[in-house]
Amino acid sequence: MDLYAENILDHFRHPRGTEPLQKPTVVHHEINASCGDELTVSVKIENKKITGFSWSGTGCAISQAAMSLLSEELTGMNLEQLEAMKPDHVKELLGVPVGTRRIKCALLGLHAVKNALRKHAGQEPQSWMETVGVEN
Amino acid sequence: MIDPAAIRRQFPFLKRIVDGKPVVYLDNAATVQKPQAVLERMRRFYEEQNANVNRGMHPLAEEATIAYEEARKTVADFVGAKHPSEIIFTRNATESINLVARSFGETLKKGDTVALSLLEHHSNIIPWLQLKERKGIAIEWIGLEQDGRVDIESLRNILEKKKTKLVSVTGLSNVLGIRTPLEKIIALAHAAGAKVLVDAAQLIAHASIDVQTLDIDFLAFSGHKLYGPTGVGVLYGKRELLESMPAFLGGGDMLESVDQNGFIPAELPRKFEAGTPSIADAIGLAAAIEWTTLVCVDAIHTHTKNLLAYARKKLSTVKNISILGATSGNDLLGCISFITNGIHPHDLTEILGRKGICLRAGHHCTQILHKHLGITASARLSVGAYNTEEEIDRCIAAIEETILFFRKS
Repeated sequence: MDLYAENILDHFRHPRGTEPLQKPTVVHHEINASCGDELTVSVKIENKKITGFSWSGTGCAISQAAMSLLSEELTGMNLEQLEAMKPDHVKELLGVPVGTRRIKCALLGLHAVKNALRKHAGQEPQSWMETVGVEN
Repeated sequence: MIDPAAIRRQFPFLKRIVDGKPVVYLDNAATVQKPQAVLERMRRFYEEQNANVNRGMHPLAEEATIAYEEARKTVADFVGAKHPSEIIFTRNATESINLVARSFGETLKKGDTVALSLLEHHSNIIPWLQLKERKGIAIEWIGLEQDGRVDIESLRNILEKKKTKLVSVTGLSNVLGIRTPLEKIIALAHAAGAKVLVDAAQLIAHASIDVQTLDIDFLAFSGHKLYGPTGVGVLYGKRELLESMPAFLGGGDMLESVDQNGFIPAELPRKFEAGTPSIADAIGLAAAIEWTTLVCVDAIHTHTKNLLAYARKKLSTVKNISILGATSGNDLLGCISFITNGIHPHDLTEILGRKGICLRAGHHCTQILHKHLGITASARLSVGAYNTEEEIDRCIAAIEETILFFRKS
């Protein structure tokens, strides 16, 4: 059961980064319609830097743990750094092999955060093909 | 009674070993495994009989055509159709329903109503929403009782408005495993002047259906849920109805004659079978039907019904599980769905799958039903002719283990 490593289950049971954020700059909601996983991310942006982050959601252990893991490193990050973040980074954070059938679970958090930035910039949301890294 | 061991020997897939043990395949509502007889019949077709149908004067073409038309006759007998020409081979149940929506649907006008139940699979919803967009028809939703059974009063109320031209309902829910009262529905619909389409994608493998006795206007199902191959589906339609409907897909074989100004459609069933059909698959489906007849169709139905009742009894004793829908009754067949407190269905089935126990998780193409139930996803256990009580036991034990694994802090 390597997908459900202790680290992942720990993040699933005790999610980090869920403390509500005061006055977020942008709030964005993403849903994985095929399984019903949902995430809402709140981001505070100051001087092109993330100065605060919070999330809430429901769904499978993988989607929730990946969001929890990602949330730990967002605060303090430059927008450019986040924009450049690749799906492989989330896979590294999870530290377990993620197969094709669970990739959307693993990347829902990244998808939500990236689209929060797009929303903030007044741009169209990026597609799943982009988030997964199949298309640019 | 069927002999599970003898049945199992006929399914090559069941020899697969996962995690050191034989696979436990309990995802039969998605697709069932195929007996050797079906695989061999299809191989023989490709190796010895492969030719296109309804064209070509060489003897092999004739042999292929005969086999294909024999397959149609086998299907017609299986569902009790009056004429083989009432059987249209399609790609799957979805395409069969789309055929009706695109062809029969063309005869509907703005303001006409199609009634659907909240149990429906997306394949019996989207074609009608598309028709709504195209023609401005209205869709009315037949409600459910608290336990998920169809609310007949709700249907009565819809039919009273005298606008319903078609009632399109599943014969067996692919989530709750609840049969719909087809006799009542059909009688009420016909009394109100509406036709009835039965989506039998699930029911076809678990109960006998006689289209004439039930007076069904349209019946749709897929071959692959009936121990046959993917790639072939069936639409049964009453002859006079199919004759009155415009052609669906245009192309080779569906026309009598064509000139620069127009065409005359072919007679049934070719009118609705444009292009080269899935010949080998249709022949494979006939082989599957023959296989169920050889085993004994009623015995298969009794076996899957008893096995599901066994699974229900066992599952209901597992802590932290809630079973969806009705808990008892003679109308529960095919599958059982449940949610597990604290574990997402995808996590549950992922872990079960790693142990070689195959269940489905998700919304099972019924987002509307799941929303009605107030959930986004569920896990589903569905049975077939080859499943055994031992397999159910293994599955339940694995579910319990997974719950423990997830809940320990």
